[in-house]
Amino acid sequence: MQTMCAVLAGIMVAGSIYLILDRNLIRFIFGLILAGNAVNLLIFTAGRLESRRPPLIPDKMTMGQELFANALPQALILTAIVIGFALLSFVFILFYRAYQALGTVDTELMRVAEDDGDDYRPESGPAGGRPV
Amino acid sequence: MSELLILPIILPLIGGAAAVVVRKSVRRSFRLAFTGAALHTIAGSLLICQVHIDGIFATQIGNWPAPFGITLVADHLSAAMVMITAVINLAVTFYSKADIGIDLVRRGHYCLLQILAGGICGAFLTGDIFNLYVWFEVMLMASFGLLVLGQSKTQLDGGVKYVTINLLSTLLFIIAIGLLYGLTGTLNMAALYQKIPLVANRGLLTALAVLFLTAFGIKAAIFPLFFWLPAAYHTPPVSVSAIFAGLLTKVGIYALIRFFTLVFAIDTAYLHFLLLAMAALTMITGVLGAAAQNEFRRILSFHIISQVGYMVLGLALQTRLALAGTVFYLIHHIIVKANLFLVSGVVRQLQGTFELARLGGIYRSNGWIAALFFIPAFSLAGFPPLSGFWAKMILIRASLDIHQYWLAFIAAAVGLLTVYSMTKIWGEVFWKPAPEANQLTDRVTARSISVWMLAPVTALTVLTIIIGLGAELVFKFALQAAEELSHPALYVRAVMGN
Repeated sequence: MQTMCAVLAGIMVAGSIYLILDRNLIRFIFGLILAGNAVNLLIFTAGRLESRRPPLIPDKMTMGQELFANALPQALILTAIVIGFALLSFVFILFYRAYQALGTVDTELMRVAEDDGDDYRPESGPAGGRPV
Repeated sequence: MSELLILPIILPLIGGAAAVVVRKSVRRSFRLAFTGAALHTIAGSLLICQVHIDGIFATQIGNWPAPFGITLVADHLSAAMVMITAVINLAVTFYSKADIGIDLVRRGHYCLLQILAGGICGAFLTGDIFNLYVWFEVMLMASFGLLVLGQSKTQLDGGVKYVTINLLSTLLFIIAIGLLYGLTGTLNMAALYQKIPLVANRGLLTALAVLFLTAFGIKAAIFPLFFWLPAAYHTPPVSVSAIFAGLLTKVGIYALIRFFTLVFAIDTAYLHFLLLAMAALTMITGVLGAAAQNEFRRILSFHIISQVGYMVLGLALQTRLALAGTVFYLIHHIIVKANLFLVSGVVRQLQGTFELARLGGIYRSNGWIAALFFIPAFSLAGFPPLSGFWAKMILIRASLDIHQYWLAFIAAAVGLLTVYSMTKIWGEVFWKPAPEANQLTDRVTARSISVWMLAPVTALTVLTIIIGLGAELVFKFALQAAEELSHPALYVRAVMGN
């Protein structure tokens, strides 16, 4: 089971890298989702898999009697999922705004920030509207 | 005493939350942010005093004993970093008053700024690697927001690159955390220091060390992982790029120092060489990249990269003096770099652009501002008696001490090339007469500069001079920090309590 999970995580990472290396931002997002899930699976597997003994301590005892499942990796994954979800929502909106403003999802064509400075638009005063 | 460890994190976070509530009122937003930043600075000063008097101290959040719960730890290095974060936060908050318009304030500029400061301090103070990951994310989210808040084309373009590469770096970071936990069964840095020598699978350990190096290397913008930085740092408003330039890459450096002096404080000849080579190449590519640029903030962005190389150099040399050099360099660099970005904003205010070719004549029209550029710029390049000279001297001395002559040579040569870039800005922006074209754009230029901009720039410049003249005191502090870094047992004792 452990080996299978490890191999599966490896395949998912490979797939996500393939998608992330694409110039199209939509594919990048799919790569990111896949990579996030692969990482969660990896943490889960690295924390050892155990399906028979739950992490419960018998009544009137301070420690479990034998080896039991580790609950911490699941807590870590939960945190990672929450954070990943927040980041993903942000990335979706950012890419959508970038698509609206720049008219493309091809990263090769996104050269506005690193142009040669030919279009000269002088501006001073505070960024973002009237001064305070 | 344990409150001192929590305050520098919680104060900006409370400030950030309150700023969401009052963001519609511009005046109250600023007052709140200013109060938050001032309190943050006070908390930082108290923390640094406490650490300097009593040495490393730690607190266990929720009273969970050390290797199980989340630990917050402050040693000389993290206390100094927290203090300097607070100072830069205060300066940038001040500067934002003149630099940030109503729209951006209403969209939550001050809120994100404070959350960013809180996240950075959290990363400096935590003693737990998973918690470090969480603080990295807090910091990243706030920085994503700040970077694209204006929603201009360039910001969105820079934002896409910044966001994508940083997400990849956090993925690598968390993969490495998961595997390290699988190997050792702990996430506490002090416990990792004790457990890692017992791990049988040394090969996997080296692979993990390289994973961490890559993840933090992307954050710190070291060679060959730096390409995102000059693509993004010149796009947001000046106050935002100043706090990014001062602090964000340095969190990566801090994490590298923490990991390679504490967690992977093992025999890593292979890594050692890798770090040295990366440091040298980072210095060289950064400074050469800067020489090719003709935009004020992009030159400065490339110089962040070359300066980061110096800090990695000190870490790679691993001697006590070299580590002290890195700490000194961090303190000096954050102040100087943030200040130079702030000055670039003052120049933009005067002449409406960052393009060197279209700027000019500021020495003649505003001599005071020329002086405010001159001091940090030549401190960056390493002119005595300014702070950068001492920082570079310690590092070069440390490389000579262990007979790394070629590294000492590269460090000195990169210093000289830095002078080239700084004199280029000096000549183009301040010295040469203003180009004729500027007359046409007279209407967009400001005649006088707001005191909200000049005050923080002047204060940071004075701080640079103080560090330069009082270098011995700062050096003693840095040596103490290096002492702690090269004796992880002190840190472990403070955390584990035995």
